Amino acid sequence: MGLWGGAGAGGWSNQGMHVRPGQHLRKGADGWDDDELGKVYDHSVVRRLLPYLRPYRGRAFTAIFAMIVFAAVSRTQPFLIGLAVDRYIENENLQGVAFIGLALLGLALAGWLAQWIQQVMTAFMGHRILLTLRKQMFNHIQKLSLSFLDRNETGRVMSRVTSDVTVMQELLTTGFLTVFADFVGIGIVVGFLLYQDVQLTFITLSVVPLLVLLLVLWQIRARIAFVRVRQAIAQVNANLQENVSGVRVIQSMSREDENARRFDRVNAGNWSANVQAGRITAMIMPVVELLTALATALVIIFGGMRVLDGTLTVGVLIAFTLYVQQFFDPIRDLVLQYTQLQRAMAGGQRIFEVLDTQPEIVDAEDAVELADVRGEVVFDNVSFEYVEGQKVLEEINLTVEPGETIAIVGPTGAGKSTLTSLVTRFYDVTEGRVMIDGHDIREIKRESIARRLGIVLQDPFLFSGTVRQNIRYGRLNASQEDVEEAARTVGAAEFIERLPEGYDTVLNERGQNLSVGQRQLIAFARAVIAEPRILILDEATANVDTRTEVVIQNALDRLLKGRTSFVIAHRLSTIRNATRVVALQDGRIAEVGTHAELLAQDGLYARLYRMTYEQAESEGDDGRQPGAPAPQPAS
Amino acid sequence: MYSIRLLGFLLPYKARVALLAFCVLASAAAVISIPQLIRWAISYGIDDLGDGPTGETKYLVFAGAALVAAAAVRGMFAFGQTYLSEWIGQKVAYDIRNRIYDRLQRLSYAYHDQQQTGATMSRATQDVEAVRWYIAMGVLRGSYVFLLLIAILILMVVMSWQLALVVWAFIPFIIWRSSVMAFTLRPLWMRIQEGLGKLANVLQEALTGARVVKAFAREEHEGEKFAIEADELFERSYRSSSVQAVNAPMMTGAWLAATAATLWVGGVLVTNGSMDIGKLTAFLLYLTILQQPVRVLGWIIMVISRANAAGERIYEIMDAESAVQEKPGAAELVDATGHVRFEDVSFGYDALSPVLSDINIDAKPGQVVALMGPTGSGKSTVVNLMPRFYDVTGGRITIDGTDIRDLKIASLRAAIGVVQQDVFLFSATMRDNIAYGAVDATDEQVEEAAKAAYIHDYIMGLPEGYDTWVGERGITLSGGQKQRIAIARTLLLDPRILILDDSTSSVDTETEYLIQGTLQQLMHGRTTFVIAQRLRTVKMADEIIVLQEGGIIERGRHDELLARDGVYRQIYDLELRDQEEALAAQPPVGPRRAAEGVAGS
Repeated sequence: MGLWGGAGAGGWSNQGMHVRPGQHLRKGADGWDDDELGKVYDHSVVRRLLPYLRPYRGRAFTAIFAMIVFAAVSRTQPFLIGLAVDRYIENENLQGVAFIGLALLGLALAGWLAQWIQQVMTAFMGHRILLTLRKQMFNHIQKLSLSFLDRNETGRVMSRVTSDVTVMQELLTTGFLTVFADFVGIGIVVGFLLYQDVQLTFITLSVVPLLVLLLVLWQIRARIAFVRVRQAIAQVNANLQENVSGVRVIQSMSREDENARRFDRVNAGNWSANVQAGRITAMIMPVVELLTALATALVIIFGGMRVLDGTLTVGVLIAFTLYVQQFFDPIRDLVLQYTQLQRAMAGGQRIFEVLDTQPEIVDAEDAVELADVRGEVVFDNVSFEYVEGQKVLEEINLTVEPGETIAIVGPTGAGKSTLTSLVTRFYDVTEGRVMIDGHDIREIKRESIARRLGIVLQDPFLFSGTVRQNIRYGRLNASQEDVEEAARTVGAAEFIERLPEGYDTVLNERGQNLSVGQRQLIAFARAVIAEPRILILDEATANVDTRTEVVIQNALDRLLKGRTSFVIAHRLSTIRNATRVVALQDGRIAEVGTHAELLAQDGLYARLYRMTYEQAESEGDDGRQPGAPAPQPAS
Repeated sequence: MYSIRLLGFLLPYKARVALLAFCVLASAAAVISIPQLIRWAISYGIDDLGDGPTGETKYLVFAGAALVAAAAVRGMFAFGQTYLSEWIGQKVAYDIRNRIYDRLQRLSYAYHDQQQTGATMSRATQDVEAVRWYIAMGVLRGSYVFLLLIAILILMVVMSWQLALVVWAFIPFIIWRSSVMAFTLRPLWMRIQEGLGKLANVLQEALTGARVVKAFAREEHEGEKFAIEADELFERSYRSSSVQAVNAPMMTGAWLAATAATLWVGGVLVTNGSMDIGKLTAFLLYLTILQQPVRVLGWIIMVISRANAAGERIYEIMDAESAVQEKPGAAELVDATGHVRFEDVSFGYDALSPVLSDINIDAKPGQVVALMGPTGSGKSTVVNLMPRFYDVTGGRITIDGTDIRDLKIASLRAAIGVVQQDVFLFSATMRDNIAYGAVDATDEQVEEAAKAAYIHDYIMGLPEGYDTWVGERGITLSGGQKQRIAIARTLLLDPRILILDDSTSSVDTETEYLIQGTLQQLMHGRTTFVIAQRLRTVKMADEIIVLQEGGIIERGRHDELLARDGVYRQIYDLELRDQEEALAAQPPVGPRRAAEGVAGS
């Protein structure tokens, strides 16, 4: 488990098997095994982005129009300057000079306005689209079933919503239109050149094929170099993240120096990849520079000779030299924008990959709304597999009456947690059906079950926020009295009231300023406040110290009363008090009955039971250590 | 100003910075010379003044050749300039990352308790990147842009003071707008980064807590939380973009106006005969050349103000002092016997509320001390003080008679093995995870440790054995399996002192059954502190210490404490006895049979 310590009880894990096509994201987001090609323009991405513009159609057209105005305005300057030289300065016409001067000032004003409008519009649209994308991704990821999150580590999914979207920001707020404006600008320049003198235009632009050729060659090298750069930085970040999360272990093992060495290696790799890419970027600069000068030289020599011939005016010559500068500027821009574009396209691909992942568990269109849940749960010939062909549960048949407490026992990997996660519909059954109050749960609105479902897991996940907010998570409209009542019921009130701010104490990330036991009590309160009809306790007291457990045990009788509950626990008292015990082995129900009945049967349950409790008395009996414990993969 | 402090990172690369400065000067000189060559070509090559062109072609060709040569020189130095800026900028980022990394690793638990992983990460990634931009673009390229601007402005005065005056008139306006932009953007950038951090935290919680979110069907609620942060972030980023959208066009517009004014005034001057047309052309070319620098001026200022914000946060990490410091001249802890004493130890995370007070423990070498007590009574804190994850605030802890604060931290921690409550495994192979604390352990040693922790057979059963990847990029393990790997990696260190923090809790029955035996082996000959809840462990302890509200309320051996009829007795009655009763009620079963029960699963 990497990033944040890893959630979930043992039983949830699915052995990292990559199945169910479409549920597993390419590893691209964090750069490892990055198989992207480094495209600068990806039509499939751009095509997908266009619909996001639709709400801002008016603004988009205004922006494009303003952009064209600006491009035209700034490219008209040299033409007017040439005109001024030929028509007025040569003829000493001061009025004419004044006229051109005023015209240029007018153009400057127009250019300013146009650019202002364009930038405000694009900034608005860009950030809006980012907002839409972010929300859409978040909501979409929330809809995806747990198998998606099982298969894609948190960090990777996170970077899709944060980094990839941020990368798109440049593209959407400035990049797109800059590049577009550059191309339009080049077009306008060529237009003016042709208008003024066709022959000189062709002479001047004779360097362009060479430029294009060099750019294409450069591009091939740049593409690879920049992909490598992104992989390198991703490795740096992955390494960093893991070590920030695991810093406690690192310190306790005094691994700081070794880790620093390793980080230095990755960090240095990133540095050298970047320097290499930097060299490639730097290489194109002299080329553009030289070609600009070559074009200018051609203008001076051929243009100059024609001026001497009298076939060209000085004004046009001056305009040409100015235009040469303007022609090459956008090309420099494009080189600088190159990586941005490449990154944005890759980011776009990954964003849409997330949005294209189909949720596996969705409410059927005709799903019924359960007004109230009685709590009858029926497993009807249920089979389940995480991976095709590997059954984790097989032929489970079990009818649980409302109010019954079912203790689930069995060795590791028997499928205990999986069984309960089918009731919560974290996963859908592969065969058979699970029914609540006589309805197949796939035909009930998920929300209407969840409302009356309480679940407490081994690893109590709390959200940052106050204690009150965390308890209220189980029922958002709960009053302060309800919150306190729930806390009292589970015995959490005592310690909460001792906290510096009581119920308003703010919890750190995952509630790490509380002990595991305290977190667990809050998780209990959170489950209780929902007034659940069905309660699932999955090793809920395993991390809790004895005293807290006593508190919970005392509350448990009250908690379980009248509610259908599934309890996975090792505590004898809990199991003994259950209405029935279900012993699972290898994904099948081996035995069902009360504690006493099953003990009398002297089967699996009796064996597990004895193993658990006899160790308490047996000290230092070496002969009892089995040689080859081969626990099965957790289910 | 953090942007100035950040310059200190350039110091180690003085030679390269000097070389870069030379490239900057040379390429600026070459750029400046180009309009002069064109002016020369027009003035002498064409010489249009008076009655028609009278120039000579050879001047034109000469000027053309000189142009290309100047460009070649400029290109060469531009390459050096770009390459060196990238080199230096990346090197600075590399240095900063290494320093942040190192600092983070060495800051004590107290620091990490306060920080959220997401926020720390964004400092180490986005803020470092902002600083790199600042060095490469803000400082290095910025100085080129600045130099070019100054040089050309001065040259203009030399060429024609009247025209220069026209251009200079626009400079105050551009400086004014640039500074307005800088001062508006700085606070905005801080707030954007903050917003991104918050957004990431909501996201992270929704993902890591997915089971809870789904169980309560709170997707919409989470969506709302996210939307609030996302909307806020939109507002902030849009405002920042608006500031740029207003100011950048103003500067470009001003420059276009400057060109217009230059042509107007210049046209008049040429008509007067007080200036030739070549000079006017050169002026106009300079304005065109400056267009780019003027445009990036605002952007450079933005990069600098952003670096101020980023620098502040980076220095927050780099300047953070670890609450746990090694004394200069601290002694090496060698061959510890493991005699641990807590002498009147007290501890508090802050001055107001002590978490522990008056703790006295004397654990002789090889003894087992069991800590019990209700949630929040301070058990974990007691054990966290020994490896100096936190420092005591009162009293002292000694190992073999030496105050642990007088010992080298690495040697102290090497003597203490910790199996923590939350097992954290790294994205690495099984082998690397087990050898995490002992990098140069041999394969045999690793396997031996794995065997002793009962995880060897499981590992061998995996397709890739010890080379199987664990964690994010590899297989997922159950709580019990993780626990056993943690035990194996501690075993490999062979510590004199052992800390087991709730260590058997997330282990299921039969694993616990297996581990109990191992633990006994593990504890043998080591001073052990165990936060226990199993009767078996408790009964084995040489001393049981019962904590309540940060103080010791009962201590002694199992039998003594039972006899005393106090808190321990209560705990025993409520919980532990359950375990004993269960046993008493059962007919004895042979160990063989129990073992089969495991194998059969």
